[in-house]
Order: sequence, then structure tokens, then C-alpha cells
Amino acid sequence: MSISVQEADFDAGAEIAALSTGRDDVGAVASFVGLVRADKATEAKVSAGTQSAGAGETAFVAAMTLEHYPGMTEKALEAIVAEARGRWDIFGVRVIHRVGRLLPGDRIVLVAVASSHRHDAFAACEFIMDYLKTRAPFWKKEETPDGGRWVDARESDDHAAGRWNPAE
Amino acid sequence: MNVKILFFAGLREALGRGSESLALPDGIGTVGALRDSLAARGEPWSALATTKNLRAAVNQQMVGLDAPVKPGDEVAFFPPVTGG
Repeated sequence: MSISVQEADFDAGAEIAALSTGRDDVGAVASFVGLVRADKATEAKVSAGTQSAGAGETAFVAAMTLEHYPGMTEKALEAIVAEARGRWDIFGVRVIHRVGRLLPGDRIVLVAVASSHRHDAFAACEFIMDYLKTRAPFWKKEETPDGGRWVDARESDDHAAGRWNPAE
Repeated sequence: MNVKILFFAGLREALGRGSESLALPDGIGTVGALRDSLAARGEPWSALATTKNLRAAVNQQMVGLDAPVKPGDEVAFFPPVTGG
């Protein structure tokens, strides 16, 4: 099973190792692990436009909850991986995305891609992450001292996904 | 046959429900028209009209608001995704 949406944590090392176990044609495995960052609550302090430590400065993210669209999530991830396979010469792909309540430092997502050479492994791994961020139906809600807040989508994520367009 | 409508994340909270099932009203043939007809119910349904960059899916495929809807479809409305 190359795609998993689960509440449980994962062992990135074991998942990466599994992509080359029992085969001698894998020359490269590129991987990305996304973690929950104990960040200040998004944007609140930036829009305040002040250097002083306003209320936003203390609004640390204590936890976050990831919601998803069961059924569509798996289909969207399958489609992204299929598209990566069409663009690069890659072997095994492993995508794990966690859902539910996560704490700072917790792993959220793993993308690992095996290939003969590093270029295809790196590119496909980055492509899958960029598309996951804009096309897979997950939503993050942060818990801060000021209460819960849904994370806003970033324009920079759209730009990151857009640079893979076939027009380039 | 009804249309099953799903709502997620902040939109789900604003509406106070995660799903809705209804007979497709006469003359409603697109995702956008369905969105407008729901939003016209008044509070809290206007959240469907005010959610910034509202996204939609039909039968679990992301689509634009001009995509067709027919009885039996599963339609979902949600804010831009923020996973990863």
C-alpha cells in the first residue's frame, strides 16, 4: 500500500528502507518529513504592523487537528502519485499523511520516492509535496491561547504547485 | 434521487453540520448554482457565499463552480486545503 491516511505515527526510516528492500536497481531514495511546528499563530502579529510584543506574539500553537475528506483524500493522493509516475522514472512511492490531533514536534506527513538516480527521486518527491499541499483535501486547525483557528491557505503554496505546470 | 452535500473545516463549523441531503431543485445544474441556492437560505448558509476561494468537489474530484451536478452526485464544499 503506497498511500496511507492514518492517526498513528510512522517510522520514516523503516518506510524509506522498505522502498529498496529486496531490489538492486534503486540508486536513490528522496524523502520529505513534515512536522508540527510550535509556531506563533499565523499572521496575527504581522498584520498588527507593530514591533512590540502584542497579543499575537504570545499566541503559540499548542496543538493542531487535521481534518480530511475520507474517500476523496485517498483518490487525490493516488492521482498525484500517478501524475508523478508519468513525469519521472521512479520506482516505489510511499505517502503517509496523519490526521487527528497532533502536537508540536509530531510528524504530519511522509513522502518518499525511489528511483535509479537522484534527480528523478528529488523532483518527484518535491512535486508530490507541492501538489499534496494544494490538491489533497486536508485542513489544519490550530489550538492557540486565543482559541482555535483554521489555517489559511498560502498563496506561496499555489505558486509552488504552479511551477510544475507542463507549460514550463 | 437526492444529492448528498458535504461540508468541511471552517465551513462545516460555520454551518453547524457536515452534510445535507436534498432533492436537486429545478433549474439547478451546476455546482455554482447549487452553492447559490443554499447560500440564499440566509444565516448561517450565507457562509457558502462568503467563504474566500471556496472550493468544490463532485464525486470526490475537485471541480470548478461551473461543473455540472446531477441527482445521485456527492457534492462537497470546503475552504482551500491546508495539509502537508
